[in-house]
Amino acid sequence: MIRILSALAGLVFAGVVLLAFVMGATTWLTEEPMHSADHEFHLDAHGPEGGYSFDGPVGKWDVAQLQRGLKVYSEVCSACHSLKFVAFRDLEEIGYSEAQVKAFAATKQVPGIDPNTGESVMRPGEPTDYFPSPFPNAVAAAAANNNAIPPDLSLMTKARHHGSNYVYSLLTGYTDPATFEKDGKRLMEEFPDFQTPPGLYFNPYFANLNLAMAPPLGVDGQVTYDDGTEATVSQMSADVAAFLTWTAEPKLVERKQTGFAVLVFLLFATVLAYFAKRQVWSSVKPKKA
Amino acid sequence: MSFPWAKEYTPANGFTKWVDEKLPLPRFVYNAVGAGYPVPRNLNYMWNFGVLAGFCLVLQIVTGVVLAMHYAANAQVAFGTVEHIMRDVNWGWMLRYMHANGASFFFLVLYLHIFRGFFYSSYKAPREMIWLLGVVIFLLAMATAFMGYVLPWGQMSFWGAKVITGLFSAIPFVGEPIQIWLLGGFAPDNAALNRFFSLHFLLPFVILGVVILHVWALHIPGSSNPTGVEVKSESDTVPFHPYYTAKDGFGLGVFLIIYCVVVFFLPNMLGHPDNYIEANPLSTPAHIVPEWYFYPFYAILRAFTFDFILEAKLWGVLAMFSSILLWFLLPWLDRSPVRSGHYRPLFRTFFIILLVDMAVLFYCGGAPAEEPYVMISQIATAYYFLHFLVILPIVSSIEKPKPLPYSITEAVLGSDKKAVLGENTQPAT
Repeated sequence: MIRILSALAGLVFAGVVLLAFVMGATTWLTEEPMHSADHEFHLDAHGPEGGYSFDGPVGKWDVAQLQRGLKVYSEVCSACHSLKFVAFRDLEEIGYSEAQVKAFAATKQVPGIDPNTGESVMRPGEPTDYFPSPFPNAVAAAAANNNAIPPDLSLMTKARHHGSNYVYSLLTGYTDPATFEKDGKRLMEEFPDFQTPPGLYFNPYFANLNLAMAPPLGVDGQVTYDDGTEATVSQMSADVAAFLTWTAEPKLVERKQTGFAVLVFLLFATVLAYFAKRQVWSSVKPKKA
Repeated sequence: MSFPWAKEYTPANGFTKWVDEKLPLPRFVYNAVGAGYPVPRNLNYMWNFGVLAGFCLVLQIVTGVVLAMHYAANAQVAFGTVEHIMRDVNWGWMLRYMHANGASFFFLVLYLHIFRGFFYSSYKAPREMIWLLGVVIFLLAMATAFMGYVLPWGQMSFWGAKVITGLFSAIPFVGEPIQIWLLGGFAPDNAALNRFFSLHFLLPFVILGVVILHVWALHIPGSSNPTGVEVKSESDTVPFHPYYTAKDGFGLGVFLIIYCVVVFFLPNMLGHPDNYIEANPLSTPAHIVPEWYFYPFYAILRAFTFDFILEAKLWGVLAMFSSILLWFLLPWLDRSPVRSGHYRPLFRTFFIILLVDMAVLFYCGGAPAEEPYVMISQIATAYYFLHFLVILPIVSSIEKPKPLPYSITEAVLGSDKKAVLGENTQPAT
């Protein structure tokens, strides 16, 4: 009985889903396949030439690069993007001294309360403060940016596929749609109607190819590095991508180093466990003929 | 229960004797996972996954309890407290990555444990109750994992919660009120997050309780084994300790190495980047996907795209729940008296097809809901139901199994002298 009922239930489910298949297949065969510019002309993110210092299982931060990245963020990105999960005190992890952090924090204005009147005021930052948002709230951010709220950057490299490479590719990837080609195919030939809407900017690394952010790093030397590194667009993009990798995962190097110690211990323990197991079983294992 | 030759616990000194008289807990452990539990001597490495699943459960409870000390289930701050754990809590990043990836590895182990059960027909008499409890554990684990994924309150958390609780709205007439009641609102918000956290903390302990029943039920007939031939004599078994504690110890080591490679070097490989974006009810992610361990069932859910008498969505929901609930019927669907797939050539062929089918469903569940993935998942879904509900019962009645060994001893050593001499062959009681 149970088998008959089950078989019936099985046939019903299979029948209904196969019916759905027939319907779906008919539509699929009779309708034009989906053909869209963002599907066919989107580019996969790539990193800077030579990769990042923190790539791979033994990769480490390049502290000088992180400091350069902080400078790019401070002078360019921070005009629109917040960094709300990062505190000034965290900067001690990228090679700044306590005094330098204190001085850096003091250059930023953060929201506070006047101790005498209780009124909201802006005051100089302390090391315990977090990076302030450039806008008081989301409405102000949207109003100032053509309705596109600039996302917080703290976790950006973990919140996108190919994180660090994506940031680098996006920053260096702005191009002219009129001349853009992928795999030998020209965008304007395949999609003559393609148009970047006014107020948006063409970037093949962005999911739908049109991005609300104007090219932020336009010219070489836009930021003057303290360590004398030449500030090409590619260099600045790589540096800020590295800095944002640090803001997203400040424990990255610690994590990998801990991992090695753990794996060495586990390998040793597992080898011991293997020989212990062989020893225990040797008396009952059949002899190999 | 036990076999007559099971070793008996003898207290070593006055203190353990005193404890044994008042509360025989050491005796209990000795009989459960010590030398007092005789186990078939021929278990292969597929029998490691029960112990590993238990280890994963404990790992999840321990890391989870500590994480709960630093987490706040409030929609305003939940995302921020997770970042607080990642940045400011001592070893918080490690605990969180261990817990998040621990869930994935728990499911990996559970799936291998379940597939072991499929192939060796571990669900057959006299072990039906172990199997039924196991399916209950799996369902509870799915609920726990789903609610846990909501807690970081990222985009996938929010939209996953919305999609899954939205399934209840497919129930005719009462669906929508049920969904609102479950969520405590029209969409996931603080009320939903709080109850999910409460249940996410509770359910692992419920799982632990069912695991105890699962192991209790196991100790009545004793473990199954790769030949599927029941234990006949003492030479068929070895004591659990030290033989299987040693073997499980090695298995645990291998498991931990793979787990730690992921935790320390690829901690976000199994997650979705969108969950590092704070939940935003106004912005829908391009592709809403569950965690990888739900992909096959998600593919079944989405395979039903045609309103046939009932709404397509309701078909999908019914099929998705049925696809797991039908496992409860397996002991009665598969009537073959032979347990092990090694001696069932036809069954074995279909088992391999099932594995391929589930791999296809897995792939389609993670793919976007567009052609050709939907069509492929429809074929695979049809096979899934036909396999368990139609093919398996037919195979079990028409198949001609290969000859079985006389005993486990014969399977291991090539001959069983006791069988020839007729000594000590009384069946287990």
